[in-house]
Amino acid sequence: MRSYLHYALRRFAQFVLVVFIGINLAYVITHATPIDPVEQSIAAVTSFGNTAPEAIAEMRRSLQELYGLNGGWLEQYSTFWSRVLRADFGPSLSAFPAPVSSLIARALPWTLGLLGFATIVSWLLGNLLGGLAGYYQQNRSLKLLGVLAMALHPVPYYIVALALMIVFGFIWPLLPITGGSAMNLEQGWNLPFIISVAKHSILPALSLILIGVGSWFLGMRSLVSNIVTEDHVVYAEIAGVDPRRILGSYVMRNALAPQVTGLAMSLGGIFNGAVITEKVFGYPGVGTLLVDAVYAGDYGLVLGVTTVSILGVSLGVLLIDLLYPLIDPRVQVTT
Amino acid sequence: MITILRDLLRYNGEFRIGFALIAVVAAMAALSFASPYPPNDVYVVAPDAPPSAAHWFGTTSRGQDVFWQLTIAIRNTLGFGLLVALLSRIISILVGLTAGYLGGWADRILMAINDTFIVLPLFPILILFYFVLRDSMSTVLLACIMASLGWAYDARLIRSVAMSLKQREFTDTAIFSGMKTREILLREHLPYVMPIVFSTTLNNMNWSIGLEVTLAVLGFMDINTPTIGGMIYWANQHTAIVAGVWWWIAFPILLVVMTFVGLYLLAVSMNAYIDPRSRLARMGGGRS
Repeated sequence: MRSYLHYALRRFAQFVLVVFIGINLAYVITHATPIDPVEQSIAAVTSFGNTAPEAIAEMRRSLQELYGLNGGWLEQYSTFWSRVLRADFGPSLSAFPAPVSSLIARALPWTLGLLGFATIVSWLLGNLLGGLAGYYQQNRSLKLLGVLAMALHPVPYYIVALALMIVFGFIWPLLPITGGSAMNLEQGWNLPFIISVAKHSILPALSLILIGVGSWFLGMRSLVSNIVTEDHVVYAEIAGVDPRRILGSYVMRNALAPQVTGLAMSLGGIFNGAVITEKVFGYPGVGTLLVDAVYAGDYGLVLGVTTVSILGVSLGVLLIDLLYPLIDPRVQVTT
Repeated sequence: MITILRDLLRYNGEFRIGFALIAVVAAMAALSFASPYPPNDVYVVAPDAPPSAAHWFGTTSRGQDVFWQLTIAIRNTLGFGLLVALLSRIISILVGLTAGYLGGWADRILMAINDTFIVLPLFPILILFYFVLRDSMSTVLLACIMASLGWAYDARLIRSVAMSLKQREFTDTAIFSGMKTREILLREHLPYVMPIVFSTTLNNMNWSIGLEVTLAVLGFMDINTPTIGGMIYWANQHTAIVAGVWWWIAFPILLVVMTFVGLYLLAVSMNAYIDPRSRLARMGGGRS
């Protein structure tokens, strides 16, 4: 138990470091670049016509306040952190006067649902199929699956999402291709709304799963095909252990540990994919929020979503790390 | 070098397919130098013409020939991927070799930073960059930014090799003969990690091209330099799918998917080649 505590503390320290570096990166990007966001915004507004000079001066002052550019370097830095820690990113410019935090809070369940469901399904499915493919290497349909995975896995999320949208939205209009649910339904725990949400999430989830399954499949297959040649497996085979038991307890169990670590390491990448998939399908999650905020020039919202995604992804990684010893008991002994 | 290539072509089906795909893509990119149209001009041909003998892949709604536009676009996209890969290789070799060789506290600190960059969701950060830089965001600048964010995973791989190299006898010999750490890393260890560096270069290109396409499609980078993502962006702006100008979107997607699958297969087969056990298995020796 003590060694687990030690392990957990180290993972937590890493989590703190990730958040610290991530948020600092966001600070450096927004504050240390040679381009002044205030002047950019003013230039964008004034390019549409004549504006009184007093109004510009007023605008400059309030924008500087909004961007946290008042005072010296140290003051700006502490303003930034205090805003992040209080989750206070001010009002959204594009959805004025709704505060940024409430916009994010509204979008977050959609992203968590879609991302969580797609990640878990593709991880389980990919590992199961990959394990089978590594164990039964002569099986033809599993081999075909391997070829499919190889062709799909390297393609970026955007292309797959676009292809699914063209196929199921234009060529064979079967499923809704935009939004999170039908507009005319009351949002809540009623059956028509839940069905509508499920139907709308099929295509975005499918495009995330199609790519996800491929990478877990390939990883698991190569891990398993290495493990089956090891002595303990050969011994079990000779001893006449039930093949299903060999696959489950002798082979897959051993291969699972690196796949769990892999999940933690690729969570950020999966999140990147979810952002763009949401935008393609107009899904009302944080990804769509982020992209639309950039189009609308909404500084607080962009910064808010970026911060929340850094926090969310690193929390997810921390969670997986803390559960990891359940799968790989060796961690408790060695660290 | 040539014998390796011949062996790979002979014994490795994945390498053959990947090689063929990349050869087609590279040929397309090379053709851009023979393009009859200047790449940035619009309305040089009749718009919205379907594929025909005169315009193999049809023309866009902006009056560009899709085929010739595609040649310059894939050249820029490949160049972008290569630039990111080369720049990020420098960082990952430096970090990987140093961390693996020094060990101890230096290793712990470097790997803590390294793991941070593996975990961070880079896409929102890149979007934040675009949000601040706006029109000042150029392709080269984006390449530099992505290179400084996307080195971590490969640094970890290189570190694991460097750790085993440190245990080898020739490292001790080098230390006793008075070589400096820098010399040991660059002259003794670097040649051993080069195979991995090559295969990670291909994977890194896939990663950066994928992000570039995604960013460009959203309009979050310099969209006036023709790239594959930029082409899809303009096609979307002109609602090419709804308007029935499918060739404007289908051919770029086809070509870029060929690039991804090709690069990926090359990387996979190179990894298999680096591992002597799987190389033997392929050549018919060992346990198959």
